[in-house]
Amino acid sequence: MPVIFITDAFIFLLLFMVLGFAFYASKHEHLSSPWKDVARRPIAISAAIILSVYVLIGLLDSLHFHPKLEDNKSSETIYSTEILSVLDIVLNDLRTNTERTYSSPLASYAFAKEMIDQPDGKQIRDYPRLKYGGAHLDDPESQASDDITKRIVFGFMVGILISVLMFTLIVSIISKKSKSTFKSTLNKCIQNDLEIPWYAMFITTSIIIITISCIYNLAQHYHVFGTDKVGQDVLYQSLKSVRTGLVIGTLTTLVMLPFAIMMGLMAGYFRGWIDDVIQYLYTTLNSIPGVLLIAASILLLQVYISNNEADFTSLEERADLRLLFLCIILGITSWTGLCRLLRAEALKLREVDYVQAAQAFGVGNLSIMLRYLLPNVMHIVMISIVLDFSGLVLAEAVLSYVGVGVDPSMYSWGNMINSARLEIARDPVVWWSLAAAFIFMFILVLAANLFSDAVRDAFDPRLRGEV
Amino acid sequence: MMSYILRRIAYAIPILIGVNVITFVLFFVVNTPDDMARMQLGAKHVSEAAIEKWKEERGYDKPILWNSEVGSTDKITDTIFFQNSVKLFLFDFGRSDSGRDISYDISKRMWPSLSITVPSLILGLMAYITFGLILAFFRGSYIDVSGVILCVAMMSISGLFYIIGGQFLIGKVLHLVPISGYDTGLNAIKFTILPVIIGLVGGVGASTRWYRTIFLEEMGKDYVRTAKAKGLSETIVLYRHVLMNGLIPILTGVVVILPSLFIGSLVVESFFAIPGLGSYTIDAINSQDFAIVRSMVFLGSVLYIIGLILTDISYTLVDPRVRLN
Repeated sequence: MPVIFITDAFIFLLLFMVLGFAFYASKHEHLSSPWKDVARRPIAISAAIILSVYVLIGLLDSLHFHPKLEDNKSSETIYSTEILSVLDIVLNDLRTNTERTYSSPLASYAFAKEMIDQPDGKQIRDYPRLKYGGAHLDDPESQASDDITKRIVFGFMVGILISVLMFTLIVSIISKKSKSTFKSTLNKCIQNDLEIPWYAMFITTSIIIITISCIYNLAQHYHVFGTDKVGQDVLYQSLKSVRTGLVIGTLTTLVMLPFAIMMGLMAGYFRGWIDDVIQYLYTTLNSIPGVLLIAASILLLQVYISNNEADFTSLEERADLRLLFLCIILGITSWTGLCRLLRAEALKLREVDYVQAAQAFGVGNLSIMLRYLLPNVMHIVMISIVLDFSGLVLAEAVLSYVGVGVDPSMYSWGNMINSARLEIARDPVVWWSLAAAFIFMFILVLAANLFSDAVRDAFDPRLRGEV
Repeated sequence: MMSYILRRIAYAIPILIGVNVITFVLFFVVNTPDDMARMQLGAKHVSEAAIEKWKEERGYDKPILWNSEVGSTDKITDTIFFQNSVKLFLFDFGRSDSGRDISYDISKRMWPSLSITVPSLILGLMAYITFGLILAFFRGSYIDVSGVILCVAMMSISGLFYIIGGQFLIGKVLHLVPISGYDTGLNAIKFTILPVIIGLVGGVGASTRWYRTIFLEEMGKDYVRTAKAKGLSETIVLYRHVLMNGLIPILTGVVVILPSLFIGSLVVESFFAIPGLGSYTIDAINSQDFAIVRSMVFLGSVLYIIGLILTDISYTLVDPRVRLN
């Protein structure tokens, strides 16, 4: 039985908007040419591939449902109260194979010593075997390293094989299309002589495929990133956190976009008292320290939730509302920058000939703003969407640390870091939760930064041709 | 000049009123004193009497805007709005919900904050400008390209990583400085070293890249070509012309954050247990002490607006082309 959270609805709305725009842009040369310019940059296209892997994980994690209960005797189907996503089904083993407590990455033994009952009735104090990690081995101490190496090598080989197959397929398709021989296309591809940098795309995709294949092979019998305090697989947590990061990065912008565009254009176009009011509004909001405004609002939400607990059917729903609320608050604190840019641009555009002409012909203010101003400021909007993304993903971690981020029950990199940071004082150190969260976050933010640089260069004509 | 400054200050007043109204609405209207009392007193089943007592102790039992029960001017002054919000304009922050004098706390706690932020700012400016200048000097070469890549990579790492990693490496593994804490007087220096270093490393990516862009922009201008045509060496052009002109946007960008240095960084201070205003705010958020959060919001806005005014003034001081009106 499907469940649709509010953020899920927004995510799919956003997805349809992006797809719709892509379809529309593909028919209009002036809209698609900057994107084609982005696609011609090897770094940008590699970053886009990495981003799309994250987006895919996030989308799979946004399809929620109540699973069917299997062991019911009556004829009607009964649904569990638990809410799962498609990603949970894909990662079912990771989700359910929980240990008792901490275990280090790829370990077969637990992290802490425990009293173990011997077959002869005695008790000894030693590291117990894990329930799932390395459970298929008879004697992990001697076999584990061999087994791990074997699995990595096997995963690597499979990954290479898939990549080579994919590469051959793509090259043959290109050669078919361009009606040249396979060999000449291959040469062109390696010398980077084609319109789209297939070579860079191929290398990135291969690295991703090989990594996934290695991790998949290991994850079947080990905890690749170890387990956390309650024994949950850290890899699973990191993958579940992808959705939270993406939601914060994209929905925040989506929520604030209509405001920023409307206010910015109105202030610049009408000038006079409307301009004064809007300027006053954003200076005021801007002068309140962002973190404090977020903290105050989240405190208020907590009060609201604790007063109206009856309205929420599940914990997930409550966490989801808090996530949406966080996006809205982040949007309120971040729309001012874009609004100011749009106002400045609209001030310039209103004096342009075609706007003056439209005014002389008696075109209404609203349609002037929608048909003449808006298309001409879209590049600023695009640039600010992609530029904001990485900052917002990083902000989530900091806010969760401060205690005003997403709900503590929600999977997020900030929560992972927050719950693991005290464990750094243990001896030996429990580092894997932190490492996993930072690695996943770093890859996403780096890809987003590289991609946004390319988008800015492609969309901002003033920067074109500069270093 | 004087009249301009006065006009800017006069313009700041409605903004501060706006900030004040927003915080008031957030803290007293959307979220009533009853809710606050319940949160503070913890349990869900608190007696009405306990709530009333809590509100009375903090003066939250008065009407919100208009007190019709008392005489003449008290009708306005004897209300929550006047007692708690209007008094902020006089920098009278009152008492926190746990009963401490907020103004006293602020005056004590701003020094530890400053001891972290001021060295971070000065050393940071020196380091980032040097790096930015080096990258701009070697523009297009491998040094430049790898430097920019390094900057982007460092920008992409979460600030929390620098803090946790730095504490672990320098404090725990190398045992060079204490991991966290603070002390009075000169003894505080050994506690400030680590946060300052981590602050510097954390900001290096974004700042260096930004400064490099500024210097590159200056390098493309006509006066640089003239200076070179005149036969000046590359280094003299770089130091005397590019650096000096590049400093204008850099320094004016710094002026806006100068007043905010008092508040310090929330995250850094709470990680390193520095008793500054940042950790004060975090503690207030965690213990849900609304009076402190409200005061800090107001203080932060005042400092930001002062920063804006200072920025405008500094523009005219360093760049005579800018006219105030």
